[in-house]
Amino acid sequence: MRNRPTGSQIRVASPVRALAQRFSFLLLVLAAIAMMMVGKVDTLLVEGLRTRATDAVVPILDALSRPVATATGVLDRVGELADLRADNERLRLENARLMQWQQAALRLDAENRSLRALLNYKPDPAATFVTARVVADPGGTFVRSVIVTAGRRDGVRKGQAALAGHGVIGRVVEVGEWSARVLLLTDLNARVPVVLEATRHRAVLSGDNTDQPRLIHLPPDASVAIGERVVTSGSGGLLPAGLPVGIVASVGDQTVKVEPMVDLDRLEHVQIVDYGLAWPLTEGGTRAGELP
Amino acid sequence: MTVGVWHRLDQAGRGLTPITVTVLLVLVGMIPVQVPFYGPATPAFGLAAVYYWAIHRPDLLRPAFAFAVGVMNDLLSGLPLGLTALTYILVYWVVLTQRRFFLGHSFLLLWWGFALVAFGAAVLAWLVFSILSFSIRPMSTVLFQSVMTTALFPVLAWLFIRIHRVFLQRS
Repeated sequence: MRNRPTGSQIRVASPVRALAQRFSFLLLVLAAIAMMMVGKVDTLLVEGLRTRATDAVVPILDALSRPVATATGVLDRVGELADLRADNERLRLENARLMQWQQAALRLDAENRSLRALLNYKPDPAATFVTARVVADPGGTFVRSVIVTAGRRDGVRKGQAALAGHGVIGRVVEVGEWSARVLLLTDLNARVPVVLEATRHRAVLSGDNTDQPRLIHLPPDASVAIGERVVTSGSGGLLPAGLPVGIVASVGDQTVKVEPMVDLDRLEHVQIVDYGLAWPLTEGGTRAGELP
Repeated sequence: MTVGVWHRLDQAGRGLTPITVTVLLVLVGMIPVQVPFYGPATPAFGLAAVYYWAIHRPDLLRPAFAFAVGVMNDLLSGLPLGLTALTYILVYWVVLTQRRFFLGHSFLLLWWGFALVAFGAAVLAWLVFSILSFSIRPMSTVLFQSVMTTALFPVLAWLFIRIHRVFLQRS
């Protein structure tokens, strides 16, 4: 049997080989730096590459993440058993409270309808949802985004809002054929126009890579109370108004921090909302039947 | 004859092991795990893989492949394109020059070496990201991530050593 040398043995490299090796390393380092520059300048190109990469990898990630999701599901269920009685009591009380709210809502709905009929009011277009699974939560330290299993073929478009249960979690920033990237509220580059529900002050929710994004562009004389709800304001026409975003968590000297409605560390399924609004500024052009 | 072909295929397959392990680890690192604070501090599995294979089988994990895996990581995670690629290449380069040192000594030294490498990679990433975003980012999360990865390194190294023995030891 031939005695094949393993790679662990130290090989004596000729001077030329060593020089070529050093040169190739330098070349790769320069290539990486060049890529960073290109990424800064031509974001469209990089975006195209990214969507292609996510499209290629999402099937694998989907398969890989199912065992983890199942395992966490099992652990969750075991944990739930422990709190069964307390949970039951809590849910009973909440149910009673919600039944009262339901009565109020029905009353208001009827009132709304009659008032609208009086004013000849045109209702908002109906919303359609695309539900998708979160298969990757990468980055983390500098970028907060998730990859979901819905893309152009499912009707997802750039700029659409992503919800999970109670509230907004972010916006779609890149769309592939069957995958999309959602930029979370907490990311550095996330900006969502919001309004404080009670006082109707307008502001912008800006992520800063911490768990609680801050409110910027708040009017200087605005008084903000802790616990106030923050909802989307619909300014700019990109996100519909009235979607719950979070609750004011702390009011400091310079900054107001908002706790998102949804726990962004435990995302499993998201609903991407298509309100049927016209998107004149996004790529992909108009869809069939839509006014230009 | 057929034996020869199968044997060659087998060898080729085995040769791909380090690359496959590295790519799989990068992908596995992205899977959402429903543990609080896991998101911001996901261990850098890919870095550990590049470190290990650069020391033990650099002939099977060539610099170009380490670069490509870095690019893949950047594309998928939303980081600036080239950031992780640069990190991996520099780690590979540094580690390659110190290979002889690591091969001759105990596991603890390997671990210590990784601690230094992880810290260096964290500082590099922070520096580059700060430059690219024209602002000073907080260092805490990135340092915490490197600490987590260093803490998990023995588990990963155990995995690598097992794979190394099973797939690559026979010739």
